[in-house]
Amino acid sequence: MHEDLRAGVRDSVPILLGIAPFALVAGIAAVDAGLTPAQAVGMSVFVYAGASQLAALELLGENAPLAVVVATAVVINLRMVMYSASIAPHFARYRRRTRALLAYFLTDQAYALSIAEYADDEAGERDRRYYYLGVGTPIWVVWVVGTVLGIALGAGIPDSLGLSFAVPLVFLALLVPAMKDRPTTVAGGVGGAAAVVAAGLPFNLGLLVGAAVGILAGLLTGVVRNR
Amino acid sequence: MTDYGPVAVWGVIAVIGLATYGLRLSVIHLFGRIDEVPPRAEQVLRFVPPAVLAALVAPSLVTVAPTLPETVLDEQLLAGLAAGVVAWRTENVFATIGVGMGALWLLRFVVFA
Repeated sequence: MHEDLRAGVRDSVPILLGIAPFALVAGIAAVDAGLTPAQAVGMSVFVYAGASQLAALELLGENAPLAVVVATAVVINLRMVMYSASIAPHFARYRRRTRALLAYFLTDQAYALSIAEYADDEAGERDRRYYYLGVGTPIWVVWVVGTVLGIALGAGIPDSLGLSFAVPLVFLALLVPAMKDRPTTVAGGVGGAAAVVAAGLPFNLGLLVGAAVGILAGLLTGVVRNR
Repeated sequence: MTDYGPVAVWGVIAVIGLATYGLRLSVIHLFGRIDEVPPRAEQVLRFVPPAVLAALVAPSLVTVAPTLPETVLDEQLLAGLAAGVVAWRTENVFATIGVGMGALWLLRFVVFA
């Protein structure tokens, strides 16, 4: 195994502990929403972005219009453009086909670990591609295997345990570190309140409306502060 | 449970999958022509994670009931608050799920039973 690939795998291990329960929840939520096992695994492989998968599953389970399901998932994944832009200079030297492969493995965690390693390694001694794939591959394996386990487990758990409550708990664990300064905290607080108020809107538009109001509130806070 | 058939479900998976891959590939592919996200777009993108995640979480925790005590003394809200404290102190997904589910079961099967 290439030395930099091995370094990536080693650095991914602590992250995997956080991904495993998230993946289980994705499998359980897919079964709860009425997806077949093949569709549930297919979603984890083709979409491969947990927060958007859980939101799409919730909306599918409520029979929301398909356009709303897609729009909600895409909005949740817009942050990938930021990661793509931030990591692009490190991948610029590779061939188009290599870059197309690397892009598939771009997740919150693979991005965060890789960009931190690249920043530490100004001399460029680490092979960008091998390190990134070393981080990204174990994350992918745990995500897909965890989904399969969740599908197997999900069918046998009684409804009274309320296991679907694990879904908002996953989002909560991601939300808290995302509110890292005053404008992002305002975006979260206002977005959440707006989503509660908008929860009764037709076509399950509550989430998109709440998110839009939250983003606007964050932007306004930033503007006021910069005066 | 969804009433959508297999074609609709697979279609949604394919469309979301392609769109998400497009977002991932975007600047990695275009680098050289576009070297960075325009600052204005970046300003908006910065607020997407907190706003979207909060809009996902809040309606699952808060169910507006006719009276204030009924709204506040809700098992999901109380369990969510306990999990929120853990998320804030530990930033650990596993601990957050563990405490949140534990609090929900305690409230459901012991306190409010």
